[in-house]
Amino acid sequence: MPDVSQLIRYRKRQDLVFNLIGLACTLFGILALVVLLADLMIDGLPRLSWQFFTSWPSRFASRAGILPAWVGSLCVMSVTLVAAVPLGIAAAVYLEEYAPKNWLTALIEINIANLAGVPSIIYGLMALGIFYGAAELGLGLKRGILLAGVTLGLLVLPIVIVTTREALRSIPSTIREAAYAAGATKWQVVRYHLVPYSLGGIATGTIIAMSRAVGETAPLITIGALTFISYLPPSPIQSKSPFVSFEWLQSGFTVLPIQMFNWTSRPIADFQQNAAATGLVLIAFTLTMNAVAIVVRYRVRKKLKW
Amino acid sequence: MRRNLKSGLYLGLFIAGLSLTVMGCGGGADNGTGTAGGGGAEPPPTEIVEVEGLEGLSGAVAIDGSSTVFPVTEAVAEEFQIATGSSVKVTVGISGTGGGFKKFYRGETDISDASRPILTEEIEECKKAGIEYIELPVCFDALTVAVNKDNDWVDTITVEELKKIWEPDAQGKITHWNQIRPEWPNEPIALFGAGTDSGTFDYFTEAIVGKAKSSRGDFTHSEDDNTLVQGIEGNKYALGYIPYAYFEPNQERLKALKIDKGDGNGVAPSAEAVIAGTYQPLSRPLFLYVSKKSAERPEVKKFIEFYLANVPALSQEVKYTPLPADAYPQVSERFNKLETGSAFGGVPEVGISIGDILSRPLVK
Repeated sequence: MPDVSQLIRYRKRQDLVFNLIGLACTLFGILALVVLLADLMIDGLPRLSWQFFTSWPSRFASRAGILPAWVGSLCVMSVTLVAAVPLGIAAAVYLEEYAPKNWLTALIEINIANLAGVPSIIYGLMALGIFYGAAELGLGLKRGILLAGVTLGLLVLPIVIVTTREALRSIPSTIREAAYAAGATKWQVVRYHLVPYSLGGIATGTIIAMSRAVGETAPLITIGALTFISYLPPSPIQSKSPFVSFEWLQSGFTVLPIQMFNWTSRPIADFQQNAAATGLVLIAFTLTMNAVAIVVRYRVRKKLKW
Repeated sequence: MRRNLKSGLYLGLFIAGLSLTVMGCGGGADNGTGTAGGGGAEPPPTEIVEVEGLEGLSGAVAIDGSSTVFPVTEAVAEEFQIATGSSVKVTVGISGTGGGFKKFYRGETDISDASRPILTEEIEECKKAGIEYIELPVCFDALTVAVNKDNDWVDTITVEELKKIWEPDAQGKITHWNQIRPEWPNEPIALFGAGTDSGTFDYFTEAIVGKAKSSRGDFTHSEDDNTLVQGIEGNKYALGYIPYAYFEPNQERLKALKIDKGDGNGVAPSAEAVIAGTYQPLSRPLFLYVSKKSAERPEVKKFIEFYLANVPALSQEVKYTPLPADAYPQVSERFNKLETGSAFGGVPEVGISIGDILSRPLVK
């Protein structure tokens, strides 16, 4: 008969070994991030300046800036937000609260899950198809911000739907039951209870979706994002009546990752620093949005007690 | 649960703080080091040739096409914006030569950047759409065959030898230097070349193997030419081809081979050899294709005038080689007379001198 204490020691050692392996794996991920960030900072930090944010592209690395790129990114993101979030929330509420549980719903659910895994360039090709289709029909759709924003909106729609459903599911069923018991209609339950309570989760999903969209390059290149552009989209607010203009939706654009990609492929080494600096701006943007998501979720959850 | 939320909040604040620090440091560091990003030497800005009648222009000039031509067009567009006070909206995309022509014959662009002449199918599409085009050679692009700095056994290589290395049949067979010339070392040869989607790849295979896109597949390929420079620099037994524009700033890191096109005279890549037309077959002209209808618009007309007046200097600034000086007046004349058609008739040829391109009859 084996010695029990020896057996225990053996098991404990196994435990420790796995613990160390796990730690090493975790550290590896963090280390990779730190190295990446440090590398970007060494190259890019000296380039980050007011001039860098307010200058047009140029053949001189030190004169070049990311003004049209960040304005373009911002414009495209706002279209993406408007396109993806209401649609995503509505779809999620329908699937979670209204849809009957049958094979059709199951099919839709599987498709949404699969959609999240479709390579982004496919969305670009689809958008190109829509663009050519619209041209055939004689609609004046241009290769502009609207097309780009809607494409990215479709790209991130599954993320919004999935996270919103998660948030709705985490609301205890007692809340729904109590509301129904008090005579609320389904719409009232959704409107006054479910959506407000899941706002934290929805915000998180939205921001994750936006972080994904802001870094996308492939679908935008497919639909013809520009590389050299020396004007900004027309302002949405006009000094003349009717004071609001949607002309910017049709405007040509470039975005941060495209500008970055273009700079990395230049022969002159100084452009690599511009690319690194653009990378830092993108990462800072993403991290800030993630931080906002965490704060929003925390705030919303703090108010709710059940 | 509560603890998790709290730590989540701290994490969030930490990340937000971190990103703010990143941004803050940026501003601070810059004040210290001045404006030049990282100390690389900038070329002095080129003297811009002024073109009359730039005042009062408006409208837009849409350009798309080859990423090889992009740096030149970008440089011209940048100076044009300054010269016109940004009254004309110039945009330049990089859809590739083929992608650019697609937009061109759909009427979406005014000018197409091209690193090869227009092909028969593209000419057909233009005809169908009723788009007439003016073919303008603007500068040269040259490829450099480069080896490692420590390579002391080869200075000149023949086109025949390059073909032996790069043709599809060489795959898995030609693996050592001494298989090409017996006196070369018995060491594995490490090959570096352009990514298969690039115009550089098309051009190199066309010029060396004799058929575009026909190449062995077992080499390190990258769309990013800087990766190739690093690869060749890091391996003593490397051989690769890169655009001349990428070789010139890296001259201390790589060694360029002289190319012998079969007559026993090795020609080293240099601006002079390219202009003289002796660096063959690895140099090629780059083109602009201008839609005739667009060329009648004043902003497009002035843009091309500005382009042709300034491309000799600006192309050098972005490491390309200008045409010989006496070619530009001929190119301008062709544009001013709105002479449409291509000197190539849809068939890309290698090794044609610029004089021939400009004097041949144009095929519509």
